[in-house]
Amino acid sequence: MSKTRTIKVDYLARVEGEGAMWVKIKDGEVADVKLKIFEPPRFFEAFLRGRNFTEAPDITARICGICPIAYQMSAIHAMEDACGVRVDGPLRALRRLIYCGEWIESHSLHIYLLHAPDFLGYESAIHMAKDFRDVVQRGLQLKKAGNEVVSLLGGREIHPINVRTGGFYRAPTKADLMPLAERLNWARDAALETVRWVAQFPFPDFEQDYEFAALSHPKEYPFNEGRIVSNKGLDIAVREYDEHFAEEQVPYSNALHSVLKIRGAYFVGPMARYNLNFDKLAPLAQEAARAAGLGPECNNPFKSIIIRAVEVLHACEEALQIIDAYEAPEQSAVDVRPRTAIGYGCTEAPRGILYHRYRIDEQGVILDAKIVPPTSQNQKTIENDLWKFVPKYLNLPVDQLAWQCEQAIRNYDPCISCATHFLKLKIERD
Amino acid sequence: MTAHRQALVIGLGNDYRGDDAIGRLVARRLKAMAGDDVRVLEENGEGAALIEAWKGADFVILIDAIHSGGAAGTIHRFDAEAQPIPTSFFHYSTHAFSVAEAVELARALNQLPTRLVIYGIEGKTFDSGVGLSPEVEAAADEVLRSLKEELCTNSRSSTI
Repeated sequence: MSKTRTIKVDYLARVEGEGAMWVKIKDGEVADVKLKIFEPPRFFEAFLRGRNFTEAPDITARICGICPIAYQMSAIHAMEDACGVRVDGPLRALRRLIYCGEWIESHSLHIYLLHAPDFLGYESAIHMAKDFRDVVQRGLQLKKAGNEVVSLLGGREIHPINVRTGGFYRAPTKADLMPLAERLNWARDAALETVRWVAQFPFPDFEQDYEFAALSHPKEYPFNEGRIVSNKGLDIAVREYDEHFAEEQVPYSNALHSVLKIRGAYFVGPMARYNLNFDKLAPLAQEAARAAGLGPECNNPFKSIIIRAVEVLHACEEALQIIDAYEAPEQSAVDVRPRTAIGYGCTEAPRGILYHRYRIDEQGVILDAKIVPPTSQNQKTIENDLWKFVPKYLNLPVDQLAWQCEQAIRNYDPCISCATHFLKLKIERD
Repeated sequence: MTAHRQALVIGLGNDYRGDDAIGRLVARRLKAMAGDDVRVLEENGEGAALIEAWKGADFVILIDAIHSGGAAGTIHRFDAEAQPIPTSFFHYSTHAFSVAEAVELARALNQLPTRLVIYGIEGKTFDSGVGLSPEVEAAADEVLRSLKEELCTNSRSSTI
């Protein structure tokens, strides 16, 4: 008689939002893995139709409280692409700077409060804080340093309002940025400490042959600009995205699974950026990665926590360089006039590439919108990981196995509020 | 001599998630009528940002939507000093590191305000969309009245 077990975790803690994951085990083998998302997505895409093109950045920023800058950046780049405008010089630098702030903020939250407790055997950051008070404080301060960058440039921390198509409503003076530099000097040291701290964690032996996809720019570690490339030969302009990527309906989930049309699942986010752009990281960040035992390639998703720390360090260094070189622009924004066109934007959100496509008319009215957040792109890879990961731990008691699976899912820092709002992660075992 | 203890009221939630907007809405209404001794903020409910927001404040009131299975519009009041905050109530925040977890993390780090009161309003719908359900809208007025009383008492009790 065959024996069937289903592992289910009704509520996946410590991912952004809520999720459901089913793992079914039959005769000692994994029989099924399903990442379930219940809520109809696409609310925002429908909501955008009929709105003015200048409203897209602020409307889409509401999709996520953790990465509003990513939404604003993808939206403004798509709109500027549609209108044939290119923003350069100090305004471009300020966009990189605000993105640095968001990476620092988002990664620090994930490293310290969401992911580290898994590695150290704590149920949550609350439990960890009792034994690691100074460390948790450092994490909170590091996150705050990122908040301060976002809030100074964005006008406020949550749902920043100062970003617009063509630039900013108000550009800071050099003097405005100086207090940030002081703070970021501290943050850079704290980030280095973070890399050292997480590098000592115990990592499961789990390497996979992934297809990593990220932006790639000839001179920079990517934020707002570049071609979409992969380690398996993909090399396309952002406007070719829809030719190469497809969103598939899966019967058990309301969220669409994003796949590469030719090869299927792919992996976006810090691991992908790192593997495809190691040589563009600041020298200090490269050095810290090597000292942490990482080479230019890393295929163990559990080590993404080290890579996030390396990216925080890079973002601090990059932000300091931007502030150092900054001269306030004469105008805080360039003129962007609408025209009938389709615009494409893809930027590197903390969790990976975030694709926006808009069709607008000559008045600037949005006729059609498409948004593909990083988490929906990683869904299939998350499922694939569990197919491979669960068999190694089948002998564990149900609670522990569920925990291991949750940790494996948290490697992707899934932002369910971006993919949709509710995702209950379920792992069930009879 | 009069030493008013300044109160900080923080409304939490997401305006685009139905009843999840209630905390922010109450905060906005309060702000329109509050005096100088009350500071009013709005936040999305992300825990770490909350701990920063109340830093240095003596008396803090949080207002948020909750989902514990009770009747829509039911108002719960928690005193953080007296009890741990039940995490199950606040799952409907957009962020897993949510209000209850922020309070408990702050407790572990000795960073709780001297007094922290949380109003949780039972929501009915958290679907995408703008607007409150009638039960929650009705509760908004009641929470506003309780808040005013609470702030008034605070103001009187801190008069030395």
